Amino acid sequence: MDFISILSDAARGMFGPEAAIYALAAVGLNVHFGYTGLLNFGQVAFMLVGAYGVAVSVATWGLPLGVGVLIGIGCAVVLALVLGIPTLRLRGDYLAIATIAAGEILRYFYRSSYAQPLTGGVYGLRQFADGFYNLNPFTGTSYGFGAFTFSARSLWIMVVGWSLTVLCSLLVWLLIHAPWGRVLRAVREDELAARSLGKNVYGFKLQSLVLGGIIGALAGSLLAINVQSVQPDSYNPVVTFYLYAIVILGGASRIWGPVLGSVIFWFVVTFLDSFLRAATSSGLIPSSIIEGSDVGAVRFAFVGLGLMLLMIFKPAGILGNRKELRLDVR
Amino acid sequence: MRARLMALVAACFLMLLVCAPGASAATLPSAVPAADSGTSIKGTLEGPTDKPVPKVRVTVKQKGTSVGSATTNAKGEWQVSVPKPGDYTVTLDVSTLPKNLQLRSKGGETLPDVSVRPGSARTVIFPLIPKSQQQESEEGSSGGATEGSGSGGTDQGSTGAGDTGAPAAGQPPINPQDSSTPFLNRFLQMTVEGIKLGAIIAITAVGLSLVFGTTRLINFAHGELVTIGAVVAYVFSTSPMHLPLVLATAIAIAVGALVGGAMELSLWRPMRKKSAGLIQMFIISIGLSLLLRHLILTFFGSRRNQYSQYTVQETVHLGPIQITPRDLFVTGLSILVLFGVAYMLQRTRIGKATRAVSDNTDLAEASGIDVNKVILTVWVIGGGLAALGGVFYGLTQAVYWDMGFNLLLLMFAGVILGGLGSAYGAMVGSFVVGLVAQLSTLWFPVELQNAWALLALIVVLLLRPQGILGRAERAG
Repeated sequence: MDFISILSDAARGMFGPEAAIYALAAVGLNVHFGYTGLLNFGQVAFMLVGAYGVAVSVATWGLPLGVGVLIGIGCAVVLALVLGIPTLRLRGDYLAIATIAAGEILRYFYRSSYAQPLTGGVYGLRQFADGFYNLNPFTGTSYGFGAFTFSARSLWIMVVGWSLTVLCSLLVWLLIHAPWGRVLRAVREDELAARSLGKNVYGFKLQSLVLGGIIGALAGSLLAINVQSVQPDSYNPVVTFYLYAIVILGGASRIWGPVLGSVIFWFVVTFLDSFLRAATSSGLIPSSIIEGSDVGAVRFAFVGLGLMLLMIFKPAGILGNRKELRLDVR
Repeated sequence: MRARLMALVAACFLMLLVCAPGASAATLPSAVPAADSGTSIKGTLEGPTDKPVPKVRVTVKQKGTSVGSATTNAKGEWQVSVPKPGDYTVTLDVSTLPKNLQLRSKGGETLPDVSVRPGSARTVIFPLIPKSQQQESEEGSSGGATEGSGSGGTDQGSTGAGDTGAPAAGQPPINPQDSSTPFLNRFLQMTVEGIKLGAIIAITAVGLSLVFGTTRLINFAHGELVTIGAVVAYVFSTSPMHLPLVLATAIAIAVGALVGGAMELSLWRPMRKKSAGLIQMFIISIGLSLLLRHLILTFFGSRRNQYSQYTVQETVHLGPIQITPRDLFVTGLSILVLFGVAYMLQRTRIGKATRAVSDNTDLAEASGIDVNKVILTVWVIGGGLAALGGVFYGLTQAVYWDMGFNLLLLMFAGVILGGLGSAYGAMVGSFVVGLVAQLSTLWFPVELQNAWALLALIVVLLLRPQGILGRAERAG
């Protein structure tokens, strides 16, 4: 058991490309859940349309990558409107199930044989992000020091991912501290009061859904660019659950909550993974209890347990303010 | 008379409760181990007709240096362990391919930048076509590399076929889109299939709906009660126990009821005492669902299993309809159970109390109903019904680790279609969902049947947000 290498794995995981992408998607979810109180359980659907916007534009239609990102964002806006117009008048828990169902419907259609000429069906699409990597200003083999050593490719994705996260967080900060954001929080706190002050609650909810959806689509396109492939089954509802874990861990309705949450989430997940792997292979945990091949499953079981304990004992997360977040339907 | 009958049922139930938990705890860990897949790259090479292609060499390289190579076995499977997560290049040796096959696209034999994440086995697909067909010219657009769905032990079979909800055992005996059979016959056949699916969804969804009605909790972990039921019955009906499936099912129902009751007592009752918010409890149930699902994956493995009894059966012909005796029995028994639940809700004391608590908890409590006892009963009944539904679903499809989660969205669709909180609504809604899913296969591919069922949910939410039997209630 090499404890140093486990810790350095975990340290890399907490700033790696995945952490940045999940942080970005969580910033979008925070707009929905944290600031507006919308129970959007279909954030993964926005990531899906973002990712496929890039993949289909470049791999199937041969358009430039930048246009693909814009198409992805456009799809997210359309999705938010299509999803929001019927469901935002519903009670919170209905919205949750309608959005999770919408995400699954999209996934089924993207992987179906109908869509195969466009999306590649279950095989998905690959090798469409060369345009992004050609812009990579880092040319060396590896960068960093000690445990924080990344390849030029990862570093480029990380720089873009974290910059986008910070930019979007600042944008959300500006909006939330503008009158627009105050109305959003009023909607979350007491919809009736906001309505009686003459605010168009429905419209504000819809705007919030669109804004968070666009941020989610950006994260989705970055995720597709990171692995140079899209595959419908990696956009399943569990991704949304992780995003909720991240938002709640960091603290919902806090600007830096999603970022902090993602860093800690990925530290814990990579740590658990490395640790369990080392512990099973060195015999510290006998193979009669956990086998090496079960590590992935055990790690996700821990994520579930963590989400439960967090919600039971510290529902406001690390940065959150309990008073500001009364988790209740309407 | 009625009281005596109830007492008898209760006594049987208690007996099962006492003998079940020890036995299940002793046998679960010895269940089938998961397929071996640490950090690795793997795949199954199949020809155009899904025939495995053996003796083909696959090489994995990183930055030009070879990491390992493998040759496909008789089932077309290959796996290369890699030392650490990262990006690899996977190459298929074209010279080892059978002469009549080629890759779907030019240059598709090399897949660069296949990134392997810690702990997951990355599945890589090389699509093959017969030599007679034209190769796609576009470079690199063909090879598909899929993430092992992030959970380590998942193989392609379980992610691929599992989601469409229609593996071999669940497929109807006649092809729904085969135009040689008259349309009416196909329609009747799929209606029967729809009723079967709807009945199974209904017995699992009733518990979900009752729990929502009495506590306003949307329980995401309800699907796991379904899986637990199916898995417990599987473990007891195979080696080393070899109990008859009927007995194993009885044990499964008892375990399901016990787990349901234990959840209420250890988790939800204390949370209600802390007056936790509903969204808070909703998210706790998501965590619980993740936890249970992956524990089941750890102990049960990722394989799809069939029960040893009643799996292979001749179909019988009832007029234009073909159905196996097993499916007929499952459908009939499910409908009977639903009538039993309706009778209980309508006529017995506890059923009336349950409806009272669903209508207005405070008023029910004020009129002397022990609300906590009612809620506990609802959890026990819901758990038992979910487990029974799990066995039925396993019988008609297969037993696998995330079967409950696959069914969960259909249950939600049924519950919301019918009207949240109304048990009868959940039954009606579930039949609608089952029928929509199966009848859609008359015109559309089977892989989309769940999508149409969920679409029906959204359409109903648009037109009648309170559901078919729900009460109108304005929100927002």
